[in-house]
Amino acid sequence: MSDNAKPAPPALKVVGQRPIRPDGADKVTGRANFGADLRLPGMLTGRVKRSPHAHARILRIDTSAASALPGVKAVVTAADFPVLANESIDTGEGSATLRDLALNCMARDKVLYVGHAVAAVAATTPDIAEAALRLIEVDYEPLPFVIEVEAAMAADAPLLHDDLFTKGVTPKPTTPSNIAEKIQLGRGDVAQAMASAELVIDGRYVTAPVHQGYIEPQACVASAGADGQHQLWVSTQGHFAVRSMCAKLLGLPLADLKVTAAEIGGGFGGKTTVYLEPVALALSRLSGRPVRMVMSRAEVFDASGPTSGTVMHVRLGAKTDGTIVAADLTLKYQAGAFAGSPVGAGCMAALACYAIEHIAITGFDVVSNRPKVAAYRAPGAPMAAFAVESAIDELALKLAMDPIDLRLKNAVKPGAKAVYGATFREIAFVETLQAIKHHPHYRAPLGPNQGRGLACGFWFNIGGESTAAVHVDEGGGATVVSANPDIGGSRASLAMMAAETLGLPIERVRAVIADTTAIGYSALTGGSRVTFATGMAVVQAAEKVVADLKRRAALLWDCPVDQVEWTDGTAHCSDASKDAKPMSLKQIAGRSAKTGGPIGAEVSLNAQGAGPGFAVHLCDIELDPQTGRSTVLRYTAAQDVGRAIHPSYVEGQVQGGAAQGIGWALNEAYVYDDQGVLLNPGFLDYRMPVASDLPMIDTILIETAPNARHPYGAKGVGEAPIVPPLAAVANAISHVVGMRMNELPLSPPRVLDAIDAAAAAARSAKAA
Amino acid sequence: MSQQIIHTTVNGEAISFLGGPTQTLLDALRDNLGQTGSKEGCSSGDCGACSVMLDGRLVCACLVLAPEADGRRVDTIEGMAVNGQMHPLQQQFLEQAALQCGFCTPGFLVAAKALLDLNPDPTETEIRYALAGNLCRCTGYDKIVRAVQAAAAQMRAAAVAPATAEVAR
Repeated sequence: MSDNAKPAPPALKVVGQRPIRPDGADKVTGRANFGADLRLPGMLTGRVKRSPHAHARILRIDTSAASALPGVKAVVTAADFPVLANESIDTGEGSATLRDLALNCMARDKVLYVGHAVAAVAATTPDIAEAALRLIEVDYEPLPFVIEVEAAMAADAPLLHDDLFTKGVTPKPTTPSNIAEKIQLGRGDVAQAMASAELVIDGRYVTAPVHQGYIEPQACVASAGADGQHQLWVSTQGHFAVRSMCAKLLGLPLADLKVTAAEIGGGFGGKTTVYLEPVALALSRLSGRPVRMVMSRAEVFDASGPTSGTVMHVRLGAKTDGTIVAADLTLKYQAGAFAGSPVGAGCMAALACYAIEHIAITGFDVVSNRPKVAAYRAPGAPMAAFAVESAIDELALKLAMDPIDLRLKNAVKPGAKAVYGATFREIAFVETLQAIKHHPHYRAPLGPNQGRGLACGFWFNIGGESTAAVHVDEGGGATVVSANPDIGGSRASLAMMAAETLGLPIERVRAVIADTTAIGYSALTGGSRVTFATGMAVVQAAEKVVADLKRRAALLWDCPVDQVEWTDGTAHCSDASKDAKPMSLKQIAGRSAKTGGPIGAEVSLNAQGAGPGFAVHLCDIELDPQTGRSTVLRYTAAQDVGRAIHPSYVEGQVQGGAAQGIGWALNEAYVYDDQGVLLNPGFLDYRMPVASDLPMIDTILIETAPNARHPYGAKGVGEAPIVPPLAAVANAISHVVGMRMNELPLSPPRVLDAIDAAAAAARSAKAA
Repeated sequence: MSQQIIHTTVNGEAISFLGGPTQTLLDALRDNLGQTGSKEGCSSGDCGACSVMLDGRLVCACLVLAPEADGRRVDTIEGMAVNGQMHPLQQQFLEQAALQCGFCTPGFLVAAKALLDLNPDPTETEIRYALAGNLCRCTGYDKIVRAVQAAAAQMRAAAVAPATAEVAR
């Protein structure tokens, strides 16, 4: 079918506009209730006692003195939780087993990292809870530990788990290892293609583990009733997921636990699992009182998931015309104390931007004595893109080719088959590259000590299970009910899509997030899925409502329903013989009792066809040659977004992702001492970008390839923008230094060393 | 530890409460006075989510002891909208989509108001440095800076408008 044959889409009235978000006023006036804001009568404070050792056997825990302290109402250790099977569970954005999840919430026989929970108390005041923690006696037998990924892979490395055998290796290993899994992915004949390549480049790349850095620490309030009915208020990306995990960890029927999602103060993947929640429920059950638990910032860094630090090797083989013929990648990702790094997604995403015939990718999921990693925005992809996009930059330099032209030569187009199996449909990677190429930023002159870097990124985006309901009220408004915590404006996008479908102004539509007892299941807010998948459920529910409104208008007019049209929130009768004045939604809803009762619809679905996102970022850096400090001068980010439902919040996702990626590139890192103790568990020493570190971040939303599977063309947009910045920044700095910067973060001391090394190399080259 | 009665003024209202000598002003606001608009992100003065005004000076409430508020005036996010009328900064944060999760927003608004009270026409750089004590992990700061610029312009126009009207009359 030619494009001309397609009917022109009807003009949209709400989608694509920039209305004020429905939850906005509460958030600018201090009324919004976040995880730590709930106060209940008789509420206790819960606190966790944590391991001072990176790796140790727990010989004895004595809680008797703590229990005896006046004001202490409950003390728990692993002995208060069921022993669970080593079966895998779906935590939404990462993989884990039930046993590992339980052991991460409360250590049983061994502690596996500094900060690992060993006991918890609930007391009438924070001071008493703190004092009680000091009274808990734990005897440890310290064990050898290992922190870095390659050290943990060594044959003689201290073992974290004596029952962990490497998956993905044949024959099945008979000795345990810290390598939880070996992943292999590929196609073609890499060895032969590499041998026939006219140019081969080779590089080793290293990234430090970084934290999601949400400003709101993990927080929850648990309340166990005397009838065994439990309630939990929690800051989470998925309250259904929390219900599922907590019920399993405590051996509760799902129906005995009601979870309400508080407003969430950032998550970025880090709030897709549980830490405090099962502990708070256990403490509440023992004490018979509500228990509030909030992590300190140090606990957030010490014990909640960062993402993996990595070591990666890249080889690219190319022809002199720029065609990349072969790619060989090895990705080694830290998982933390339990198996389950995002290396699988890293392997799949690494080369997804490029149509390369011969590919071999090997990934290693490696445990070490660090906190278990959690999902972090496009889990696994930014590191792999750092390696690949740095290597492609190197290739462009060697070939003296424009970096965008080189990428255009190899870019995936609709119909391309990715190495992980998907065939791309509506994608606009080429248009996204061209948008940057034609942007004035790309040709703007650079001054001394300034460099420009370009990099691309890919993210799958996901769909999945969602439920949404749309109810019409007799005042002519509508309420959208869903179960996805709103982390960045999804209530706005859901309300807008409902308003568009119903033909109502956005002001007449409210969006609320229901608890786990008030609406059907939804998978968590992650994978950039909510506006796509839950949005699909909302639109389908609104379409059902419209169909019902038409049916009711037909009933009131006594005409066939196919003679009723719905436009601008009003029913029109196309039969001129009827004296039927248009009926508004309000008029029909006001007479709903006569036409069948309340008007509403609920839709549950498993959305497929999310449509991947592509991002291209351009970054100008100025380097201070005296100190090695980098300043981001200018930043432009283009992204294939399908169609932007609320462009301001799409831009916000792009800008926020870019800022996190810039922090990852320049400053952020977990720093350990020789005892396996994290040295920088606070915002002063774990240095995230502040306003004065960044310029404005210009965004270009590419809307040439709307997602055909979504009623309004939406693709996920939240994750792709954190994928390119690591390499965009590093490529810019490499160009100024005159040397490939292959290890993050590019903090001033590291860059200064590179400047000195590059100068020394230049001197010796001159002398020779 | 013995508690003491602390007499203070919060958002213009005289309030007395029983506070401990080691309790922070932030905990007192949130736990004793039910004013949970000020947020705790770090309790070390690094994130600015608990920004409040103490006798007209911008402080992190987590770094102030509750007894230090005795006899002094505390202004928080809860007092920024007057009689249900939002401050131009609050309006512009909404108009410019300057928030995502909203957790850092109260602190940013208090800090931005402190800036505009002193400097009604700040440059972009001045705004960025004035807000450098407030962490936001969602927005990349772009829309926050733009919202402050827009609010400043709106407030300057409002300050000029009555005077112009005066002249015209």
